[in-house]
Amino acid sequence: MQATIALAGNPNSGKTTLFNALTGARQHVGNYPGVTVETKEGVCSHRGGELRIVDLPGTYSLTAYSMEEIVTRDFLTGRKPDVVIDVVDASNLERNLFLAVQLMEMGAPLVLCLNMVDAARNRGIEVDAGALSTLLGVEVVPTVARTGKGREALLDAAVRKAQDGTGSEPLVISYGNDLDEAIASMQDRIRSRAFLAGAGPARWIALKYLEEDAEILGKGDAADPELSASLREVVRKVSLHIARTLDTEPEALISDQRYGYIHALLREGIVRRQHDENRMYVSDRIDRFLTHRLLGPLVMLVVVMGLYRFMFTYSERPVEWVEGIFAWLGRLASAHLPEGMLRSLVVSGVIDGVGGVLSFVPLILLMFFGIAFLEDSGYLARVAFMLDRVFRIFGLHGNSVMAFIVAGGIAGGCAVPGVMAARTLRSPRERLATILTVPFMNCGAKLPVFAVLIAAFFAEARETVMFAITLISWAGALLAAKLLRSTVIRGPATPFVMELPPYRVPTLRGLLIHTWERTWQYIKKAGTVILAIAIVLWAMMTFPALSDSHSERFERERAVILASASTERAGELEAVARAEAEAGLRHSVAGRIGGALERVTRWAGFDWRTNIALLGGFGAKEVVVSTLGTAYSLGEVDPERSGGLAETLATNPGWNRAVAWSLIIFTIFYAPCSVTVVCIVREAGSWKWGAFSVLFNTAVAFALAVIVYQAGMALGAG
Amino acid sequence: MVRIMLRRMKENQSGVITAVRVKGELGRRIRDMGLVPGTAVKVCGRAPLYDPVALKVMGFSLTLRNSEADHIEVEVG
Repeated sequence: MQATIALAGNPNSGKTTLFNALTGARQHVGNYPGVTVETKEGVCSHRGGELRIVDLPGTYSLTAYSMEEIVTRDFLTGRKPDVVIDVVDASNLERNLFLAVQLMEMGAPLVLCLNMVDAARNRGIEVDAGALSTLLGVEVVPTVARTGKGREALLDAAVRKAQDGTGSEPLVISYGNDLDEAIASMQDRIRSRAFLAGAGPARWIALKYLEEDAEILGKGDAADPELSASLREVVRKVSLHIARTLDTEPEALISDQRYGYIHALLREGIVRRQHDENRMYVSDRIDRFLTHRLLGPLVMLVVVMGLYRFMFTYSERPVEWVEGIFAWLGRLASAHLPEGMLRSLVVSGVIDGVGGVLSFVPLILLMFFGIAFLEDSGYLARVAFMLDRVFRIFGLHGNSVMAFIVAGGIAGGCAVPGVMAARTLRSPRERLATILTVPFMNCGAKLPVFAVLIAAFFAEARETVMFAITLISWAGALLAAKLLRSTVIRGPATPFVMELPPYRVPTLRGLLIHTWERTWQYIKKAGTVILAIAIVLWAMMTFPALSDSHSERFERERAVILASASTERAGELEAVARAEAEAGLRHSVAGRIGGALERVTRWAGFDWRTNIALLGGFGAKEVVVSTLGTAYSLGEVDPERSGGLAETLATNPGWNRAVAWSLIIFTIFYAPCSVTVVCIVREAGSWKWGAFSVLFNTAVAFALAVIVYQAGMALGAG
Repeated sequence: MVRIMLRRMKENQSGVITAVRVKGELGRRIRDMGLVPGTAVKVCGRAPLYDPVALKVMGFSLTLRNSEADHIEVEVG
């Protein structure tokens, strides 16, 4: 039997656990075109047949207010799955059936999966699946997705539903005399003109008109303006009447009646409870402690620091291994390729570029593992609960905090996993503002830049300056978020209304699958684009090569040294090589751009050397220090041992404390590195936002750097 | 029996929703979660900065901001 089965259900209903139990590792993650809503598909063998399983986004309802719900609706009407399995949490039947009822009104071929019956039993809740099935006219199968219990029975029921091929007669709920009358009159007109026939059953279309569903109204106006206008007129009249007589509007009435229908249904003795409905369970007792007014924030601090330590401590070695492998590949290529452009391209462009991307992998792997753990256990929702008040001031959401911390809110993170951590946010505007501002945090690669400048100019106040840098980046990020939320991402706060799911022990299988699939997406997408950017940057710093006459001058110098009897020939030769590297860099496209920009960057105290270094920093921030080294004829400076560079800067007449602060500020705020930009593009769903983050951040950074430099010079720092 | 706004409810106080007075997305989200007239709610806590508020509804925990609780009218004993 070949059939497509869609899994629908509330968030936290165990839908994804069921999906994992059905498909195992045989799944594929993708994005719906144009939106950032994830879609997962997998294959499941059952009694010799192959079933295609599609995991729809978790939703509570089927409105047009969120992408998740529109995607779910479009899938059901557009792709017409053979069966829809609605996963409902047995301990939370009332609210979970709200989605089921809407699916039935759409006429979806439904099978109910009554999940987590074991957890319900522990709470003293028994659900009579047989009676529920009879009342709803839908097969109901009790399952425990975590252990795989009920899997076969569920698939059997799904296959039966697919084979009977009749689909399902849409459920008809009475919405009271006024609305029922309006629905009946609308339904006739819709049927007679086959209006929006592909979008859903006639009654459902009528309901969506009454709910003033923006998506369906838009489609209706486009398909048949005349009929659409007459339907709107019916809605207008009945709305007026309801406002006068009941002081409410159709949309509210419809929700109330849907719940009324469910309440009536459950009163038939379907749910037996040993305890009062709103009693305190174990999970609530844990909450007394974990969200306690004083203890809660303390525990949160420990958990967040713990996650941070876990990520960065355990990724250190694997990151070194990956870097080691690429360093070895680089040496191998150097040894086997003839000296020249090809070797330089392969070693400095391709291997360093790809190595740069892959060296993030262990970090991302652990970050996703840690966050998946916090998310699946239910703790992340509590973090959002505790911090929402603070983050809301800046137009963000309580959940934004994870992204900020991972990106370097505690100095030394990484913006790449930070941007990806914003996935846990379900509110689109808050999510975008988070994605665009996390790169302001101080990632590990910015630290060497600060280290050099602090060593050169603020050696006596090391800790104070570092602390100030951390505060500046937080303040900048939050204020930038506020600015974005009141300009380009303007809009009211997305409703916060959020479930605090009961604490659960995550399944290892689920954690591993989520971690791997997200990491693999990163490798695939980032890898290809980054490679291209790395090659472009390499070319910019290499071409055009020095003219023959220019190169000859260095050759002559070498010849002189070789001919002399000097005892320090090796050192002198190296000095020539460094001078040649500096001249080569100055001569390259990047050098020329850096030189041309001097006219503007002078305002912030930057010369061409700093400009090139910052340009290279777009590839990866680690490059800033090493490029500065080349530009000051020090050869490639190892960011870990940059004492020589600090000395050079401290004694260079072009440098002073005002320049140092200006560069610190610019480094905090300017364009994110290319890997981060690629992630922003992916996560925000458009190149527009990637470009925006490059331009906006650089503009902010430059404005601040100019202010700092000019103020510093005026105050006599020079 | 008095009717107050949900924001005014104290910790561990129970009540029954009598009206949800907000339209559009927020109203819809509130109702989708089962906060409709006739539903029993109990306030089980507030965040460290007194906002948002955590509720028990139909046996599960839910949180919403005070500004959102302002639209929900509750009858308390």
